Amino acid sequence: MATTSTRPGGRRTAGTPRTFEQANRRLKWAMLAPALAFVGLMIVFPLLFTLNLGFTDAFGAVNADRSFVGLRNFQDALSDTRRFWPAIERTVVFTVGAVAVETALGLALAMLMRRAFRGMRWVRTILIIPLLTTPVAIGILWLLILDPTNGVANHILDSLGLPTQEFLGSVSQSLPTLMFIDVWQWTPMMTLLLLAGLSTLPEEPEEAALVDGAGPWQRFRHVVLPMLMPTLMTALVLRSVDALKTFDILYATKGPGGGSDYEVETLNVYAYGLTFDYQEYGLASAVLVLFTLFIIAVVVLLRRRAGRKEA
Amino acid sequence: MSAHVAARAARRRRALSWLRGAAVVAVSLFFALPLVWMFAAAFKTNVQVTDPTVGLVFSPTLENLRNVLDDGEIITSMRNSLVVGVVSTGLSALLAVPAAWAVGRFTMHRTGSIVLIARIVPAVSLLVPWYYLFAQAGLVGSYTVLILSHMFVSVPLILWIMIGFFEGLPVELEEAARTDGLSAFGAFWRIALPLAAPGTATASLLAFVSSWNNFMFALIFADEDTRTAPVTLFNFISYASTDWGGLMAAASLMTVPVVIAALIGQKYLVAGLTAGATKG
Repeated sequence: MATTSTRPGGRRTAGTPRTFEQANRRLKWAMLAPALAFVGLMIVFPLLFTLNLGFTDAFGAVNADRSFVGLRNFQDALSDTRRFWPAIERTVVFTVGAVAVETALGLALAMLMRRAFRGMRWVRTILIIPLLTTPVAIGILWLLILDPTNGVANHILDSLGLPTQEFLGSVSQSLPTLMFIDVWQWTPMMTLLLLAGLSTLPEEPEEAALVDGAGPWQRFRHVVLPMLMPTLMTALVLRSVDALKTFDILYATKGPGGGSDYEVETLNVYAYGLTFDYQEYGLASAVLVLFTLFIIAVVVLLRRRAGRKEA
Repeated sequence: MSAHVAARAARRRRALSWLRGAAVVAVSLFFALPLVWMFAAAFKTNVQVTDPTVGLVFSPTLENLRNVLDDGEIITSMRNSLVVGVVSTGLSALLAVPAAWAVGRFTMHRTGSIVLIARIVPAVSLLVPWYYLFAQAGLVGSYTVLILSHMFVSVPLILWIMIGFFEGLPVELEEAARTDGLSAFGAFWRIALPLAAPGTATASLLAFVSSWNNFMFALIFADEDTRTAPVTLFNFISYASTDWGGLMAAASLMTVPVVIAALIGQKYLVAGLTAGATKG
C-alpha cells in the first residue's frame, strides 16, 4: 500500500505524461487514505467484530467474558417463531407494501410533473420537505393527527359518515398506519428520482410513436416506461434498502419492542431491543448478520431483475 | 372543418391542463397539510389542540413556544445537534471530498463501491461493536462518539454525491493546468475543488440534515449533557397526552431549519438527493 507519508503537492512534476502518471498514483492513494482509514476503523472492523460476536455467548456487561458457541445463536434465531419470524414477516410486509405504493404513486406524480408548469418550483419545495424532516417529528405530528379521540383524521372520517379508527392505538392497525406514514414521507423521493430520470430521456422515440398514432397510455407503457426502467430499478433498490432498515418512526411512535404485542417489531427494531434492552449481544449479532444477508439478497435479486429487463 | 377540429383539440387541451393543475394542487395539499397542521398546533392552546373542530383559523398563542424556550432542554439539545452536525459534516467533507476526487478522476470504481457497504449495512450492527469499544474507552456520552457515529452516514453520503460530481467535471481543465506546471495536488486544489464548490455545498447540506435528524446513535451514545434534539423530542412524547401544544412547538422548532434550507436550496437539494440515480 502506498503511502500516507507522501506530501501532497510537495513536488512539482511538470513534464512528460509518464511523470504525471507516477505523481498521480502517489497522490491518488494519499487522497484516499484518510477516508479508507475511517471506513476500515469505523465500519469494516466493527462489522467483523459483530460477525465474531454472533458466534459467542456475549451477554450483559460489555467487558464480561465470552466464549465461542458455534452456530447456536443462529439456530436460536432461526427456530424462534415468537419474535424472529414474525419480525421478518413484518419487515417484508412493511417494505413490500410501502415501496409498492410509493413506486406506483411516485411514478404517477413524476409523469404528472414531467412537463414544466407554473409553480413547479413550489411543488418541488413542498415535496422535499417531508423527506428532510426529522422522522421523530414526523412521528409526533402523525400521533396528533391520528389520535383516536382528539385527532383530526377521525373527525374527518366521522363527518363523512365513516367509522372512526384506532390507528396507532390498535394492534392490528399499527403496521398499516405506519406504512401509510412511510408512503407520505417517501413517495416524494421516488417522484424526484423518477423526474430526474425522465429529464434525461431523449424526445425522438416518443415523437416517433406519436406520429405512428400511439395513444398516451401506449406511449407511456411501450416507450417511456422501458426507457425509464434503469432509473426505476435504481430507485426501487435505494428505497427498498432504506425501508427494510426503517427504525426511527417505528420506535418513536410505538416505543421499544414495537408496541405491547410487538405489533410493529421489524428485524431492525428487534435487533435493537435484543442489544440494548436485553444485552443479548451474541444473539443480537447473529440476528444482525442474518438481517444484513437478507438485505444483500434483496439488492442482488432486484439488480439481477434490472439487468434482465434492460437486456 | 379543420378549424372546427382544431378548436375542439384546443378545448380538450385546456380541459386537460386544468385537470392537471387540479391534480398538482391536490398532491401538494396532501404532502403539505400535515406539516402545516403541526406548525398551526404549535400556536394553539391545549384546549384548541385537542379539539379537532378547531382548524387552521384560530387566535394564536405564543404560550407553547415560550414554555419550550423557558424549559431550556430543547434549546440545549438543539445546540448539541448543531455542534455535532457542523463538526461531523466538516470532518466528513475533509475526508470524503479528496477521496471522491481520486475515485472519480482515476475511475477506481471498485474502491468507490465501499460506499455501497455503508448504505446496505444496518446501523444497529455497528452499534454493538461501537458500544463495546467506546464503553471501554470511557467515551460514551461524549461529543466525540456522536460525531464519529454520525460520520458513518456523512462520509459515504458525501463520497456518493461527490464522485458523480467530479466525474462530471471536464478533465481537460486539470490536464491543461498540469501542463502549465501545476502539481497533481495543485490541479485538485486550484482547479477541481473550486469548480466542485456547489457540489460540496449540496453534499454538506444533506450530510448536515442527516446528522440533525439522526435519532438512533444519540439514543445510545448521548448522555444528559450531550443529548441531541431528536432524542429530547422523543423523551417529550410521554407527555403528549398532557401537553400536545408544547410537543408541537418543540417539533416545529426542529423542523424550521429544514424548511428554510428547502426554501433556499431547493434546486441543489434535489440535485444532491437524486445524484447517481440516473446513471443506471
